[in-house]
Amino acid sequence: MINDDHATEPLLSVRALSKEFSGVRALAGVDLEVLPGEVHCLLGQNGAGKSTLIKTLSGTYRPDGGTITWAGEPFAVSSPIEAITLGIATMYQELDVVDGLSVAENIFLGHEKARAGITDRRTTHRLTRELMTRLGHPQIHPGTEVGTLSAANKQIVSMARALSHNARLIIMDEPSAVLDSAEVENLFRVVRELGAAGIAVIYISHRLEEIRQIGHRISVIKDGRSVANNLPVETTPTSELIRLMTGREVASVFPTKPTLDASAPVVLEVENLELPGVFSGVDLTVRSGEILGLAGLVGSGRSEILETIYGARRADSGRVRLGGKTLPAGSVQAAVAAGMGLSPEERKSQGLILDEPIYRNVTLASFPRFARGGLLNEGVERARTREQLTALELRPADPDRVTRTLSGGNQQKILLARWLLHGTRVLLLDEPTRGVDVGARAEIYALIRELADSGTAVIVVSSEIDEVLGLSDRVLVVADGRVLHDGPADDLTESAVLDLVMSGVAA
Amino acid sequence: MSVSPTQTGDHAVTRKNPLALLFSGSSGRSIGLVIALLVLVLVGIITAGDRFANIGNVLVILRLASIIGVISIGMTFVITAGGIDLSVGSVLGLTSVVATLSWVQAFADQSSWIVMVLIALLVGVAAGFVNGVVIAYGGVVAFIATLAMLVAARGLAELLANRNTQVLNVASFKAVFTANFLGIPVLIWIFALVVAGGWFLLNRTTFGRRTIAVGGNAEAARLAGINVKRHTMYLYALAGLTAGIAGVMMLGRTTAGTSTHGTLYELDAIAAVVVGGTLLVGGRGTIMGTVLGVLIFSTLTNVFTQNNLSTSVQAIAKGAIIVIAVILQQRLANRAPKKKDPEAPAPVVAPSRRA
Repeated sequence: MINDDHATEPLLSVRALSKEFSGVRALAGVDLEVLPGEVHCLLGQNGAGKSTLIKTLSGTYRPDGGTITWAGEPFAVSSPIEAITLGIATMYQELDVVDGLSVAENIFLGHEKARAGITDRRTTHRLTRELMTRLGHPQIHPGTEVGTLSAANKQIVSMARALSHNARLIIMDEPSAVLDSAEVENLFRVVRELGAAGIAVIYISHRLEEIRQIGHRISVIKDGRSVANNLPVETTPTSELIRLMTGREVASVFPTKPTLDASAPVVLEVENLELPGVFSGVDLTVRSGEILGLAGLVGSGRSEILETIYGARRADSGRVRLGGKTLPAGSVQAAVAAGMGLSPEERKSQGLILDEPIYRNVTLASFPRFARGGLLNEGVERARTREQLTALELRPADPDRVTRTLSGGNQQKILLARWLLHGTRVLLLDEPTRGVDVGARAEIYALIRELADSGTAVIVVSSEIDEVLGLSDRVLVVADGRVLHDGPADDLTESAVLDLVMSGVAA
Repeated sequence: MSVSPTQTGDHAVTRKNPLALLFSGSSGRSIGLVIALLVLVLVGIITAGDRFANIGNVLVILRLASIIGVISIGMTFVITAGGIDLSVGSVLGLTSVVATLSWVQAFADQSSWIVMVLIALLVGVAAGFVNGVVIAYGGVVAFIATLAMLVAARGLAELLANRNTQVLNVASFKAVFTANFLGIPVLIWIFALVVAGGWFLLNRTTFGRRTIAVGGNAEAARLAGINVKRHTMYLYALAGLTAGIAGVMMLGRTTAGTSTHGTLYELDAIAAVVVGGTLLVGGRGTIMGTVLGVLIFSTLTNVFTQNNLSTSVQAIAKGAIIVIAVILQQRLANRAPKKKDPEAPAPVVAPSRRA
């Protein structure tokens, strides 16, 4: 752990940084100080300016004002290559590895070990093996094609690339977003080892509990300005961090759970559902007004269960009944017609048409209803969309805005609006808060609870166990394609769920 | 939620640069094409004078545009949905052969030529349905499936026609298709009707909305409850229908059915659609852009013919236009407020220009 009393010279020091784009101030006075070997956490809502700050440090943007001091020298780089040469490496959220190349080729991409234009395969592989051993992953072979690796291992490759440039500071933009709990543990181990080797990390994450585990100090930016610097991780309360980020008091992230009405009708019944090789023997019921959570690791089958209930995958056997009526297997149309809705795991690639205006995304499931004889009624579509946006407090409530320009939280609201407008009896939510910042998360949790209170049966899948426990009334623990546990959420803790999962995998 | 800088940023940029505003969006792209067309017209007037600039010649250009134009409308739908149809040219040939044969061998005396027209349309739709089924339910990539149809339909047409050109001698049919209505040839009227119908279908109906949704994000459309497979099938049937209509128009113009009708028309149609601004990856389509694309190419041909330039030079110019148009489109598209990273507050162009 870093000791602040030591007069350590900061590795990176940013003062009053400003950056303007066509008259809009993206950064308006950001300070940041990073010590060697420190894991410095950077917090801020979407749009706060984190990305602009990162891109300035990585040489993509040039600042308009303020100073950056790097290892005691003024920092003036105009390209990412210069930043990398100085020792600043950036791992972006969308991993910048080339799937078709091998691990070694990826690591030395752009600075290949070559003699007279011919790549020196042997040296490259030896150096790659050394880097992988250093990162605690000697099992990743230099010749393996990167496309075959898991997201977690791709990240290791990305980190190895940073180290191959002798990075002294690695900026990690939401590195855990694509990982499940076990892989996150591994990431933390690597980050700690980097720290021990004197390499500093700027760590960006929306998950405050992660920051508690590996961070040393926290800096918060809001609306392009620093609102707090160098807060100690151990002693700063979560409510304070949320207040700094959002500018609002948030009592609790999760809404309070009402006492469940045991006489409420069962809306969704799933019996002995099976998708060979993925999951089998899945039974579950959800009552009107109930939120059922599915907890499990990536690969446990939790998303597949949801998609099969919805008909997006065709079950091999088993039955799905909605309001007592059996749905045909493998038909999304039938499920939607019966009153089911899905907010899919990958919001951008599975949920939204990003280049279309908001209203066309909101009405995607229901536009035929507003049409007469096949003729669209866009006026009504816009009006209904505006109503939904207003109800969901999405500002500005402009139905014609291009969906791509919205933050993750607002894009999630668009998906909720789609099903609210369509009217669902069963709503399936897969990773409803992935890539959504803390302030917006609380809003989305509250919306989900409101929906349940209005009688909708909800199933939530999340890789974040605390989210499943905090939001749900009842939780199913899934491992290896089987349901291991079915019980009230309040009887479980995160570690109890992990124990169950581990024992289930072992069994 | 607080208003992120992104929102204000985009507006600020468009306000600052009225020219960028003019050229962004679908209407803006059309303005670019109109300018290109006007330049071509100007070249035509300067080089060929009155030979170019008279009503008769304008009608020649439009007549030239009409058959490719009809196919291009069907192609616009398929491409907007993220597909491609390489078979339209040979399906055109097949419809012309089947229609002529059906007339010559079967119906000649008993029925109206309208039956023959219906048969042509039916053949086009059927070929399109086969494409659609193979693509949507067989899971074959559109490029390959329609390439197979391109080869097979041409082969079938040759087989049926026995490599002969079947002359169609139906006075009433000829009379209708060579007639003028309000001083404008019937072929041009048909083109205009197909354009109007296509525009309406794409922009005002649930069918059009589904087409754009499937092209924009097929998985999102599927998970929202849209029957993507069925819609895909309909789209190729629609492309087949336009090939059938074009086949009938070809019969009207040449009064003969032959298996070589429509050779390479698919490439002209794709070029017109892409130059017109419809995205090859799908999700955005413009009927007016396609019409302008078709007109640009037929005007070009006319200008070259008027100046007695070889078709080879013309082909080179066509190729150059396609590349230039697509590069311009991409430039303009980048200028539009469209960002990969929702948090980064500025358009890509602005900072790099200053740097």
